[in-house]
Amino acid sequence: MKKRQILALGLAACMVAGMAAGCGSSTKEPAEQGGTAAEQGTTDKTEEAETPGAGGGAGKVYYLNFKPEQAEDWQKLAQAYTDETGIPVNVVTAAAGTYESTLKSEMAKSEAPTLFQVNGPVGLANWKDYCLDLSGSDVYGFLSSDDFALKEGDSVYGIAYVIETYGIIYNKALVNEYCGLDGAVIASADEIKSFDTLKAVADDMQARKDELGINGAFASAGMDSSSDWRFKTHLANMPIYYEYQADGISSTEAIKGTYLDNYKAIWDLYITDSTCEPAMLSAKTGGDAAAEFAMGEAVFYQNGTWAYNDVTGYEVDDADLGMLPIYIGVEGEDKQGLCTGSENYWCVNNKASEEDIQATLDFLAWVVSSETGINSLTNDMGFVTPFTTFESVETSNPLVAAANEYLTNGTTSVTWNFTTMPSEEWKNGVGSALLEYAQGTGEWDAVVTAFVDGWATEYQAANQ
Amino acid sequence: MEKAIKRYFPVFALPTLAAFTIGFILPFLLGIYLSFCEFTTVTDARFVGIRNYLKIWGDSTFIHALWFTALFTIISVLVINVLAFAIAMLLTKGIPGTNAFRTVFFMPNLIGGIVLGYIWQLILNGIFAYFGRTLTYSGSYGFWGLIILMCWQQIGYMMIIYISGIQNVPGELIEAAKIDGATPSQILTNVTIPMVMPSITICTFLTLTNSFKLFDQNLALTAGEPSNKSEMLALNIFNTFYGRTGWEGVGQAKAVVFFILVAAIALAQNWLTRQKEVQQ
Repeated sequence: MKKRQILALGLAACMVAGMAAGCGSSTKEPAEQGGTAAEQGTTDKTEEAETPGAGGGAGKVYYLNFKPEQAEDWQKLAQAYTDETGIPVNVVTAAAGTYESTLKSEMAKSEAPTLFQVNGPVGLANWKDYCLDLSGSDVYGFLSSDDFALKEGDSVYGIAYVIETYGIIYNKALVNEYCGLDGAVIASADEIKSFDTLKAVADDMQARKDELGINGAFASAGMDSSSDWRFKTHLANMPIYYEYQADGISSTEAIKGTYLDNYKAIWDLYITDSTCEPAMLSAKTGGDAAAEFAMGEAVFYQNGTWAYNDVTGYEVDDADLGMLPIYIGVEGEDKQGLCTGSENYWCVNNKASEEDIQATLDFLAWVVSSETGINSLTNDMGFVTPFTTFESVETSNPLVAAANEYLTNGTTSVTWNFTTMPSEEWKNGVGSALLEYAQGTGEWDAVVTAFVDGWATEYQAANQ
Repeated sequence: MEKAIKRYFPVFALPTLAAFTIGFILPFLLGIYLSFCEFTTVTDARFVGIRNYLKIWGDSTFIHALWFTALFTIISVLVINVLAFAIAMLLTKGIPGTNAFRTVFFMPNLIGGIVLGYIWQLILNGIFAYFGRTLTYSGSYGFWGLIILMCWQQIGYMMIIYISGIQNVPGELIEAAKIDGATPSQILTNVTIPMVMPSITICTFLTLTNSFKLFDQNLALTAGEPSNKSEMLALNIFNTFYGRTGWEGVGQAKAVVFFILVAAIALAQNWLTRQKEVQQ
């Protein structure tokens, strides 16, 4: 009997020891969870108390970056700032297409991002409760125009940090080669000033693709999630832009779809004069299209200035990179320029501690005004920024140079109206309908329905 | 001994109980509460009543995902169990190389769902490419792709369970049946199957719940493309929660409905198959 008691006691002792060890290693976890649920203020106090030495007690910066293309450059820039000031800057980049979900889960943590991004008015609506009013901040002071701020009343909730331009990127060498062929429709790329010319050129190139040594006029219009935004968002901007222009509005609760026939025309062109069969589009990725263009297998490639890093360094010379406006066959489009705008706005988390907010604002001011920051944003990341501090800086990105030419040649830039699209769901609906139409499993009417009716339903759902 | 253990009950049970509470009960209750809320991050939520639950039924993707999942579950449970049982029967006959075969069939189960999804996506797209199609061309391609994938992954595992069940069938029962002049198919239906009913209970339970809750394979293979037509319930919930602004609560409500469905189906299945179990 005695033996058994000792055995039981021993077992119990083991359990206690196990428990103590288990708890010892996991004390951090409950503490953190408690912090999440508790008031933000108390959490910060405990954290301060815990880490007074780290970072000199002057707060820290946690940036949740949206652009995977520049992930490494941000890491380097953050390191440079830490080296200079001793303030820790943590940069995390969400994988392509997962920014919203990453942000959602990160914001629920006690160590939430102090600096994050929204993609425009619609994105802001979701995160407004978390956005600090930036009016009066240094970084806002550097902004060259209020057009680049997300304002509501007098409050500034977001600041655009990169202006981007998209259009149809083309390979100058291949176009010149084509112009040299017998019976070419055009004599130089400058003659492409309307949808009809573009279509005539693309059709002819497609027909003579063996002569040119290409697989198709346009790079594949892939509808994989890494590529479908080029069409369901960026290309869809064109009919929306012209409708807004015609109606003299800048947003709407119900789109009419006046220019959807033009949308169909350009989409037909993309999928017909293409490097691949329409039935293969659902699996084609953004990387596929970039590779086709970069290897000289396609002449045209709809994308923007940010795509430079993806296409440079292969078969196509930097000097051969040009950009054309996306013509969709609207009256007076010879005066149409490239699509220029921003969907990257910095927001500062107003639920972070005072120190962290200050550290974040200081970091932002440093990024846009210090030499290191300006150099990194311009040359490493290839951004065009809307800050006064950047005015004298020359860009090394040939696509940006091409975009700049359009700003001064008397054309009108197309604004980015896709930031007013009612929801992500709307884009998905249009994208799916586009794909089904392309592969022949759906009708164009479905695109119209998703575009027009979908807009009204989604707008209502988002603004009820 | 019993008294001593009783006295130390809290010491034994508390750590596990605490872990269970923190890791399961609390999140579960929080989840149910959140399904009645509107929120952006889970830490500040506003109570809105049953509005989220009403929204579910207006969401056609959820209804589609429900039927898609139901159909998928029925077919995969049948195919997996029939094939796994057949292979188990073969591999208990003592043919040479039995162990090698068992290992080979079991191996796919060791690979994680996401990896498996991508592997099969490559394989299937490679085949489809010959016909100028892709896996995401239509929802039914994704459906059969998922069935193939699940069979490949699950049959080996279920086979192991069936093998152990079959090996436990007393030899004298089969011998007696043979002496009584039973044909092999009679032995199978009247002796072997009733005797391995416990294994069948476990295997159908596992395949049923696995198929119903399938997520990673679905995400990796088709991600619900095209137009959410190959989207299953779990992925639909995930997409609602993370993909739609302002629909976090609805996603949460869907998850609660999903839990009730899985629980109901699993309990019903368990009760049904247990009815058929016999005592040795």
